[in-house]
Amino acid sequence: MRLDLTGLEKWFGSQAAVRGITQSISDFQALAIIGPSGGGKTTLLRLIAGLEVPDRGTIAIDGEQLVFSRDALMRHRQRIGMVFQAYNLFPHLSALDNITLPLEKVHGYSPAAAREHAMSLLERFQLLLHAAKKPAELSGGQQQRVAIVRAIAIRPRFLLFDEPTSALDPEMTAEVLEVIEELRHEGRDLIMATHHIGFARQVADYCLFVSDGTVTEAGLASELFSHPQTAALDNFLAKVLKY
Amino acid sequence: MSSFFNTLLFVSRTGRHGGTPLLSRLVGWLLALLLVTLVFTFAFQQLQYGWNWGAVLAYRHKFMLGWLMTVTISAAALCSSLVIGLAAAMVQRCPFLPARSLGSLYVELIRGTPLLVQILIFFYVVADAFGISNRYLVGVLTLSLFAGAYISEIIRAGIESVGESQLDSARAIGLNRWQTYRYVIFPQVLRRLLPPLAGQFASIIKDSSLLSIIAVSEFTLNAQEVNAFTYSTLESYVPLAVGYLLLTLPISLASRALERRYRYAS
Repeated sequence: MRLDLTGLEKWFGSQAAVRGITQSISDFQALAIIGPSGGGKTTLLRLIAGLEVPDRGTIAIDGEQLVFSRDALMRHRQRIGMVFQAYNLFPHLSALDNITLPLEKVHGYSPAAAREHAMSLLERFQLLLHAAKKPAELSGGQQQRVAIVRAIAIRPRFLLFDEPTSALDPEMTAEVLEVIEELRHEGRDLIMATHHIGFARQVADYCLFVSDGTVTEAGLASELFSHPQTAALDNFLAKVLKY
Repeated sequence: MSSFFNTLLFVSRTGRHGGTPLLSRLVGWLLALLLVTLVFTFAFQQLQYGWNWGAVLAYRHKFMLGWLMTVTISAAALCSSLVIGLAAAMVQRCPFLPARSLGSLYVELIRGTPLLVQILIFFYVVADAFGISNRYLVGVLTLSLFAGAYISEIIRAGIESVGESQLDSARAIGLNRWQTYRYVIFPQVLRRLLPPLAGQFASIIKDSSLLSIIAVSEFTLNAQEVNAFTYSTLESYVPLAVGYLLLTLPISLASRALERRYRYAS
């Protein structure tokens, strides 16, 4: 896929979360956004997801410019699959109902078709046993996997992951990252904010290093990690890879 | 022996394994009732009062009619206060600022003034100006507006208890505003609202007694009239207390049961 950002700015009060990002990335399949906490990763991802409206600038996905009206943004969100850090699932609905809700209410599936589609995906991701369980009865890793199933069930144009493992312990992190890797091998387009440098390196083909609200460095994942060009990225990598 | 009384009378608030033992509960209630009975028996003993239940008994139909009217008025006010409370809660969340201000003004004015004053102003000033002369209608409306303000705060707090992250999820999967309320917010809020709403309904029933000042012929007014006919004050008002308890006690118990049930469920 292709992503073009021009002069993108987002302010929260007097604080700029994203300050003037201009970046064109063509022909990538998995884009990793790395960088320190509070550096603007999540805001950038939310802007691409159509969950925030920029104060300035434009976003184009596959050459198609985002329109920042309420209805257009809602249609935009309906076509992408988003997974947040945690609490993706609605606690009053079972895993199955969490997946069928958008299928039925947004994408016009009949209840039977939605159920069938959801069940086949749950089976594929070894979650069939948990279909009837409420999120509180699932482990953190299972919850995130159900959230990923919900995101792909709608057959999205691409997937967005906002640090999907930051609230998980190492074992669960592994099971979630494996699913993401599998999706990548299926050939799905995805953009992820992550602090797992090793994972980003393994899965992403392109990488943005975002700090202080701007893209400090960008490049092919294979080069960016082994030959950082800026001191900021060098320091960051040294710090996160130290332990 | 003392350890027997210890285990019988001292049970931690979270209960023992398997809840509070039946015997302990029974003894607890009996002791509490005994204390209350002693206090009131003493008080009534001190009173030099010639009881005359016979005079009041003759008016039992009047009590019955008044009680039924209170039930009717409360039920009507209960339904319309829910509608008003829901509307006020939604208005206070809508993007149109003047509407939000109006919502806040309504809630603050109603909650900050006595119901008695509201009844007088609505009946003698507002309803009069708009040509509504049916005192029962005005009574129900005033009571609904009054309870609606409290209910709107209950509903608003309930809606706000649904976390921001869930609203994000709802937007991310492409639900519109209405669908978000319908499928995400309300199903979760409804169960949390039931206990405080039940408490509010018990209040409506008691508050309806104030409608007696605009001569709505409900339970309290009828008791006052019986008192005026018979000069038997206590004999008129004791049944009044019992009549209200008959309505509020079941609601209160139901509310507690609901609270317990939903605490376990979540």
